[in-house]
Amino acid sequence: MMDPKELVARRIAKEIPAGSLVNLGIGLPTMVTNYLPAELRVFFQSENGVIGLGARPPEGMEDLFLTDAGGGFVTAVPGAASIDSAMSFGLIRGGHLDFTVLGGMQVDERGRLANWMVPGKMVAGMGGAMDLVVGARNVIVAMLHTNKGVSKIVPECTLPITAPRRVSLIVTELAVIRPEEDGLHLIETAPGVSVDDVRAATEAELIVTGDVPEMSI
Amino acid sequence: MKLAISLEDAVAMIPDGASIMVGGFMGVGAPRRLVGALAESGRRNLTLITNDTAMPGVGVGPLITAGCVTRLIASHIGKNPEAQEQYMSGDLELELVPQGTLVERIRAAGVGLGGVLTQTGLGTLVEEGKQIVEIDGKRWLLDTPLSADFALIGAWRCDYVGNLEYTLTAHNFNPIMAMAGRTVIVEPHEIVPLGVIPPDAVKTPGLLVDHVIKRAK
Repeated sequence: MMDPKELVARRIAKEIPAGSLVNLGIGLPTMVTNYLPAELRVFFQSENGVIGLGARPPEGMEDLFLTDAGGGFVTAVPGAASIDSAMSFGLIRGGHLDFTVLGGMQVDERGRLANWMVPGKMVAGMGGAMDLVVGARNVIVAMLHTNKGVSKIVPECTLPITAPRRVSLIVTELAVIRPEEDGLHLIETAPGVSVDDVRAATEAELIVTGDVPEMSI
Repeated sequence: MKLAISLEDAVAMIPDGASIMVGGFMGVGAPRRLVGALAESGRRNLTLITNDTAMPGVGVGPLITAGCVTRLIASHIGKNPEAQEQYMSGDLELELVPQGTLVERIRAAGVGLGGVLTQTGLGTLVEEGKQIVEIDGKRWLLDTPLSADFALIGAWRCDYVGNLEYTLTAHNFNPIMAMAGRTVIVEPHEIVPLGVIPPDAVKTPGLLVDHVIKRAK
């Protein structure tokens, strides 16, 4: 059986058309790069100021002034551009970014994402997450379905939301779910997972219309 | 006005209780020598405006470690346990600002605008206490300009009149903050003769720069 995170990353890669400008969050979302072939010419934007982020350079060849948003060393692909933070967030808020793929702590029946704060615990800060959810044309949430057995897809977020905007798609190791006006539509199940399995693992109500196809990866 | 000054002269200019904005993103592009010298000076009650607190020993990290900062305005402190601990214990007053809003508030101060209207933060904890403005039926959050007594800037190259050039992901907040500090102190990676930086490559015109830190011995 495939690693659950790999499954999520592979499925999300299928959503991204050739030539897109994409911002990937730290962690699971970063794995999506592994499944996007170079010939698609997808450009990655990183909020610290690069369009055309490339792979990690060889050991000892790092440029101290070229990192991703987590501070990790990267390269820039041919055709890349470096920009300041005002331009970077102008692109994000201004609707010039095709996709953002973000991790999630909760998503609710209205398609609202919470991913920046757990009250009473250590506070990290929202960084660029609120701007990304407000401004990207498509917001894809990449996460595992449950946290310690507790559903992360809930009737209503109990954690502070990142933005009231309805996200475009939720992809987990069990299912693909599309939030719409009337609620959360279960549109695909993972290989070997039944609709009942997904329902059992999901606290929120799921809308099922007809046969639900298996996730294509 | 004396353009080229020593680290000691620069630090002597910054009194206890000053507000400072410091460029850098996870430490990349931060004025490292200047931050180090300021941290060693034992200054107290500084207000620090910066994107993130990086990590202990990185970027503005030494200012946090040394206890110089009592008020922090930033978008992310998640990678610096010392900043988190000082916040949780009440030693550090913290205002978290979404990254795109933070940079635009600084830009607004620098370019003579009275505020920023954004949708980032609307409908979240961030809107608490802020004015909401309705324009043509659309709601916007009003965020106010953010200036500081001193802007501490990390640049790649600086010429003899203070023209600045930045590189790769070390641009970030630097060119924006260089407009919003009442006194602007630059720590360049290299100092070059006039004419080496072509006019088209100048991101911060020298007229904005008050002082340049002399090269390391």
